[in-house]
Amino acid sequence: MTDNDTTIIASPVLTAKDFASDQEAKWCPGCGDHAILQQLKNVMPELGVTPENVVFVSGIGCSSRLPYYMATYGVHGIHGRALPMATGLKVSRPELSVWVATGDGDALSIGGNHFIHTLRRNPDLNVILFNNEIYGLTKGQYSPTSKIGLRTITSPSGVIDQPFNTAALTIGSGGSFFARAFDRDGKYLRSILKRAALHKGTSLVEIYQNCPIFNNSAFEAFATLDTKADNTIYLEQGKPLVFGKEKNKGIRLDGFTPVVVDLDKEGLSTSDLWIHNEADINKASILARFADVHDKSEEVVPRPFGIFYAEERVTYEDALTAQIRDAQKNGVASLEELLKGESSYVIK
Amino acid sequence: MTDTKKTTRQVNVTSKTSVSVLFAGDSGDGMQLTGTQFANTVAVRGSELNTFPNFPSEIRAPAGTIAGVSGFQLQFSSKPVYTPGARFDVMVAMNSAALKANLKDLHRGGIIIAGTEGFDEKNLKLAGYPEGANPLEDGTLDNYIVFPVPVLQFTREALKESGLSSKDVDRCKNMFVLGLLYWLYTLPLEGTIETLQTKFQKNIQLAEANIKAMKAGYFFGDETELFANLGRFDIAPQKQHGTYRRVTGNEACAIALTAASKKAGLNLFLGSYPITPATEILQTLAKKKKYGVKTFQAEDEIAGIVSSIGAAYGGALAATNTSGPGLALKTEALGLAVILEVPLVIINVQRGGPSTGLPTKPEQSDLLMAMYGRHGEAPMPVIAARSPVDCFYTTYEAARIAVEHMTPVICLSDGYLALSSEPWEVESPDNLADITPRFQPARKPEDAPYLPYKRDDRLVRSWAIPGTKGLEHRIGGLEKQNETGNVSHDPENHELMTKLRAEKIARIADTIPLQSIDNGPQKGDLLVLGWGSSYGAIKTAVEQALEEGYSVAHAHLRYIHPFPKNLGTILGNYKKVLIPEMNSGQLIHLIRDAFLIAPVGYSKVQGVPFNEMEILAKITDLIKEI
Repeated sequence: MTDNDTTIIASPVLTAKDFASDQEAKWCPGCGDHAILQQLKNVMPELGVTPENVVFVSGIGCSSRLPYYMATYGVHGIHGRALPMATGLKVSRPELSVWVATGDGDALSIGGNHFIHTLRRNPDLNVILFNNEIYGLTKGQYSPTSKIGLRTITSPSGVIDQPFNTAALTIGSGGSFFARAFDRDGKYLRSILKRAALHKGTSLVEIYQNCPIFNNSAFEAFATLDTKADNTIYLEQGKPLVFGKEKNKGIRLDGFTPVVVDLDKEGLSTSDLWIHNEADINKASILARFADVHDKSEEVVPRPFGIFYAEERVTYEDALTAQIRDAQKNGVASLEELLKGESSYVIK
Repeated sequence: MTDTKKTTRQVNVTSKTSVSVLFAGDSGDGMQLTGTQFANTVAVRGSELNTFPNFPSEIRAPAGTIAGVSGFQLQFSSKPVYTPGARFDVMVAMNSAALKANLKDLHRGGIIIAGTEGFDEKNLKLAGYPEGANPLEDGTLDNYIVFPVPVLQFTREALKESGLSSKDVDRCKNMFVLGLLYWLYTLPLEGTIETLQTKFQKNIQLAEANIKAMKAGYFFGDETELFANLGRFDIAPQKQHGTYRRVTGNEACAIALTAASKKAGLNLFLGSYPITPATEILQTLAKKKKYGVKTFQAEDEIAGIVSSIGAAYGGALAATNTSGPGLALKTEALGLAVILEVPLVIINVQRGGPSTGLPTKPEQSDLLMAMYGRHGEAPMPVIAARSPVDCFYTTYEAARIAVEHMTPVICLSDGYLALSSEPWEVESPDNLADITPRFQPARKPEDAPYLPYKRDDRLVRSWAIPGTKGLEHRIGGLEKQNETGNVSHDPENHELMTKLRAEKIARIADTIPLQSIDNGPQKGDLLVLGWGSSYGAIKTAVEQALEEGYSVAHAHLRYIHPFPKNLGTILGNYKKVLIPEMNSGQLIHLIRDAFLIAPVGYSKVQGVPFNEMEILAKITDLIKEI
């Protein structure tokens, strides 16, 4: 991560309002998308970007309406294709701040191929993946992140597909940044969005987003006061993995297996626990699997939120620009030279 | 060159106007290289030239089989030539499969130079000849002039002291044949010697061996009695003085995109996915980084076009190249480009379909897909190139229309143009049309709101690119309100926008040249109306028919949508209209639909280009019926 992103121009006078378009958001009342939109508007002034240098690109789905509500440049494309559109834009205009709004259907189903290839290439995009584990805009079919057993109109007997694990998919695809946030926790979401924006490379932020109409309360265990503390763990760089209402539980690594420990009962101190290091891809891979552990074991392993992984790696557009600069080290070739070619001959 | 003065006896040299030669052999015999070298030599000498490679879709089909035959055909001449020749006059057959696969296209009385080692029992069997049959010995070639030459044996003898491995020695046999052909057509060896020295500069031994094999072939011609009756030939070079280069259609497309970006002052972005026979466009542009060209090899065809749309939205000259199956995958995105009204060049190098079809063979069967292959009503200009060099001008024109009319444009080429080559007199930058992007300037807060879909008198909207202050706006694939571009589901507005999008394309007809008659009278019995790569065959056939006194003319369409404004008038000036197409009749649909006339169609759907003899026969038949 670098904090000196060249696209950022100091502009202290702007507020969230300067990033709000004149269009009224047409999402359902109570939809998590409203909260995400608000945090995006809030974070923009903190980034020091000016609206004309920001572009929101999206595909199709509820989440993909987001560009219409930002007073920046915006393109609402076709289903699943936001990432290649954003890549083409970023590659040709590296100085722009390019954001992608996408959903679990858009990014992981119809756009799955683009998802994995974009991550490995690492263009500097900020990708906000609204994960509601359902198709909303087409009215309630199961998505590639729906849990096994979920009954929907296209899975009346329950979903039988193994869902995608977004974190594991991102890391497995060679992504350089993965974070998870939650629509209801606005302040935290904003801090994650800021880190994502500052990360140079493809930042993938998965946001658990509630769909009150077709998949209400899918993330309830991480939201309600009495269960939240035991079911969630907030990752902090260099800090031990501690959770629980009393902050008396933690995660310790037993080989490659994460184990929940009770600090009081087992007489352990926080220094015995797993210390979070977002630069460690092996630990990030284990963190990514916490969701699977949660679903399978008797013991509840809390769901991680925060930045799992952040790797400094050259971006696609910078690597390409470097090759072009190298090819032009003796100057930019002329149109005349182009037309003449390298193997012309003269007939006298 | 002193070496070739070794000639010890006088051999008769006959002048000819043009010759068509086929180099054919196994995929591993180096026939493409041999043909290319021969073509370079005659081009540099100043001959008119047209070349066409023909190779299997497998990288290495089983050696010795018909499937593995690779050919390189060329016609060189003292007068302009537009095809590699309907039939060849000379065939080099390095093996029996090459002979068998191509004999039907050799003129009766034509010359066969056969590499005898390729006619042994094993090769004859692989080529599918019955046991005991050998065309070199059993009289089946009595109508041709056959020269059996033990090419491999002579190459080995020539290189026995080269120190190379026997595998490397054997690989030089194509150079022996090349040398022999240089002798036969009184051509110089210097150009190829220089090329070999450059090509193998890191392996001088190999360079010397190839050169030695070539000279051995040349001297063989000189010393043998084999060609005593035939003699040698001279095709006098006639090309006007000037600077030339040889280009294939695919190279010309790539150069045109780069040139258009330079002329327009835009950065070029190509989003692409490899597909035969369009890939060389991506490959050529990937090597043009010194011109600032950005190529993006995407994960699939869809990402190829969509990344280009992203780049176009950002203000680049954006393009994507593909062939039929890829165009099919891109169609949803084409609709997006239509509704976004951003400039985009789509080069479709057509091949035989449907599905994977004939990947390495040309066809003109994507015309109706280019016209109509989108959901909803999504009109866009369609233009087609007629020759390898014309691939430059047509692609350049596609870029001009795209940028100046803010629309995706489909530029059609095909597998024949893609790989064929011809000499091109180096173009001057001053001769290229200006391309003027209509960027919307920055807006001050007190100015009127920016209307992304406000149009000028050509119905073209302005290009408002990110980074421009005061123009922040949101657009997308949803139907938009006229002028504001805001999402609109209003019924009347949708109908209005549908009409506006169609009318915008129709008005391009006001800015393109009128259709001209390529050859022949302005009024007469028959008009041959062509499009695309059949140009050369039609041109040659009509020239011939005119010489024979027929009342026939040739018009060749570059602009298929919209048509030139005078096309209807032209069609009315002839008693009959003939439309030859490498499909089951697609342009004919469009002509009937637009002009309510009944042209005569002439279809060829064999993955093989028309030849001039076929078209000439059709012309004379039709005129006789009048």
